[in-house]
Amino acid sequence: MTAREAASQRAPVPTGLRSDGGATREGGATREGGTSQGARRRAGQQSKLAINRLRDRRPLEPAMADRFLARHEVPIVEGDRCTFLYRGEADEVFLIHRILGLPDHLPLRRLRGTDLWYVVLELPAGSRVEYQLEVARSGERERINDPLNPRLAHSPMGSSSVCYARGYAVPDWTQPDPEARAGSLVDMVVPSRALRRDCPVTLYLPARFRRTARYPLLIVHDGGDYLRYAAAKTVLDNLIHRLDMAETVAAFVYPGDRLTEYANSAAHARYLTAELLPRLEAQLPLAGTPSGRALMGSSFGAVAALATAYRHPDVYGSLLLQSGSFVFTDIGHDHGGGPPFEPVVRFVNRYRAAPRPVADRVFVSCGVYEPLIVRNRSMVPVFEATGMAVRYVEARDGHSWVNWRDRLREGLSWIFPGPQKYVYE
Amino acid sequence: MRVILLGPQRRPTVDAVIRSLGLAGAGPGGLPGSVATITAGWQEREADDGELSGLLGGRDTNLGLYRRWLDTQDRDPGYAAAERRMQGEFAELQDIYLLRLDHALRAVYALQRRSGDQLRTEAIAAAVAAVRELDTAHLRRVNDVRGEFFAELRPHDRPVIAGHRAAVAGILGEAAALVIAGGHVGVLADVLHLFNVAAALSRPAPGAEAPVVAWSAGAMALTDRIVLFGDLSPQGPGHAEVYGSGLSVLRGLVLLPHARARMLLDDTPRMAVFAQRFGPGRCVLLEGGTRIELDRDSRCPPGTRVLTGDGRVTALEAAA
Repeated sequence: MTAREAASQRAPVPTGLRSDGGATREGGATREGGTSQGARRRAGQQSKLAINRLRDRRPLEPAMADRFLARHEVPIVEGDRCTFLYRGEADEVFLIHRILGLPDHLPLRRLRGTDLWYVVLELPAGSRVEYQLEVARSGERERINDPLNPRLAHSPMGSSSVCYARGYAVPDWTQPDPEARAGSLVDMVVPSRALRRDCPVTLYLPARFRRTARYPLLIVHDGGDYLRYAAAKTVLDNLIHRLDMAETVAAFVYPGDRLTEYANSAAHARYLTAELLPRLEAQLPLAGTPSGRALMGSSFGAVAALATAYRHPDVYGSLLLQSGSFVFTDIGHDHGGGPPFEPVVRFVNRYRAAPRPVADRVFVSCGVYEPLIVRNRSMVPVFEATGMAVRYVEARDGHSWVNWRDRLREGLSWIFPGPQKYVYE
Repeated sequence: MRVILLGPQRRPTVDAVIRSLGLAGAGPGGLPGSVATITAGWQEREADDGELSGLLGGRDTNLGLYRRWLDTQDRDPGYAAAERRMQGEFAELQDIYLLRLDHALRAVYALQRRSGDQLRTEAIAAAVAAVRELDTAHLRRVNDVRGEFFAELRPHDRPVIAGHRAAVAGILGEAAALVIAGGHVGVLADVLHLFNVAAALSRPAPGAEAPVVAWSAGAMALTDRIVLFGDLSPQGPGHAEVYGSGLSVLRGLVLLPHARARMLLDDTPRMAVFAQRFGPGRCVLLEGGTRIELDRDSRCPPGTRVLTGDGRVTALEAAA
């Protein structure tokens, strides 16, 4: 498959998602206004955007830009439109994002007479977009977080700025709740012959952990990242406290050579199933049945979860797969993912050619703004055809830890439902 | 047995009910003995019953059934292991039942959405009948498993359990009334069965039984068919499911605490399916402020809010 063909397979731009304001970009921007004709028509029906009211001021003096910035949170969210701003001397400024369907470099326009730059993006309700700015000066290009926006999203790759479109709110169950009893984290090391290394594991034991109880087990790939960037402990504490999910023991595992171990590695599957699992089930009061075992992961971690269950189909009852890197080819060999994806593509192609049930229940989530949305959508009917119970959820978000965090309530409460239905106070 | 069902006690009415029974304080006409309470549905918070105790005038004795169950877990490991196996079997049974129920109810709802007249109506009735059959078979299977478990484990012959049963029977034998609070209905039903509360409540002389006042899960645990429901879960509306039998002191009633907060009562086609599944049993709403005094045949008084076969909420007399 050629790159052009691959690009043509991408999802269409979601209705209503568009950008306005670039100086030369096709389909949206005008040199005069920084908003498209369509946007202007809508603006006529609604109130004028703040940036346009500022632009209309005569004369436009730098002090006005100061006052403008003091009055507004940046990005400025007005209905479905979000105005991104940069203040400073530059030759060019670009909004850098990874929204599928939009050019990843969106130019900002300079407001005449000022050093204020802007671009307006139309983002559907509930969107959450991570971005940076690229500033070009004297032939140098610098990529920075938005200095006008204090909101940051963090990941192993660093931080980026984040825009909350209208309707997006940080779920309260992702934030520490003083009412929620805290579970505990315990570090351990499991020597692995399969992986030929000592494997660190962080165990989560729910509050009021009892030896006489029986707990389901959740094995989490990229465990350190889930704990650090997706607030996994807080989420578990809260969901258990709110009876949304069962009291659960979680094993957060850490990759060694991630791109090898998580790309359909027999050694990784053997480590989890023949080494880690028996050890945990011997040491802890775990259910010890498929319905009480789940594998979870995002991106390559989702591939690792699926591949492990594929290799051991009667062991795990549930899978929680977030933005899985399920790259495949329908014809040819050009998958566009580079060498690390080769084993993934071979595995996913093989699975798609002969799908089989690997668990009882599969929860799949993906962001509509990430390139993997097409791959994940394509996997859903494949999973369903095997007879597995599948729950598929999309969000207006990208390939990010916060997206994965925000989907945990739906996923975890589905694979290990809490006792809410039993409790009538 | 005299049974009074209450709605959720966020704004307590149990104190007024106890007063109306002539049980509050030591005033003239008050019956002797203390009020036995069961707060096992609160699990680890079982002993945090100070507020309830205050409402009962401080003359209550908590049966401590959850504590007794924990004690049994510790001191009778053989029983504890067998009980865990039974719970595992229950979970598996429930899982399979839910899988079948999902398909069966989807068929009902799909038929409801389909246009048509007579054929469609007949098909819906047949589809609901299939769901009823599934519910009935599941309840029978769950009760069989529990029956076999007790027959095999013989709890009355196990010293730890027998000791607790005797203690519970002793307190209930002296009690002027029994109050059962809400909480986890599964835990409540389990400990009520384990410590044989139904037998302990019965008295030789007819009419001499202590009245029972129960709300929410406590009320559900008195019935012969506990139905779990919740249309507002993180995944959206779930299927109401038969859980098992409670003490079966009340028969032919499906009790629905917090119905307004937990059910899509405005979705009449959905509610109609709910009511038809469990008919001729009465689906009785227990909202805040509700007080229902049942007669000896578990019949509700006029004014009781019930779910009708066509999915409406109405007073019992209007539903007849």
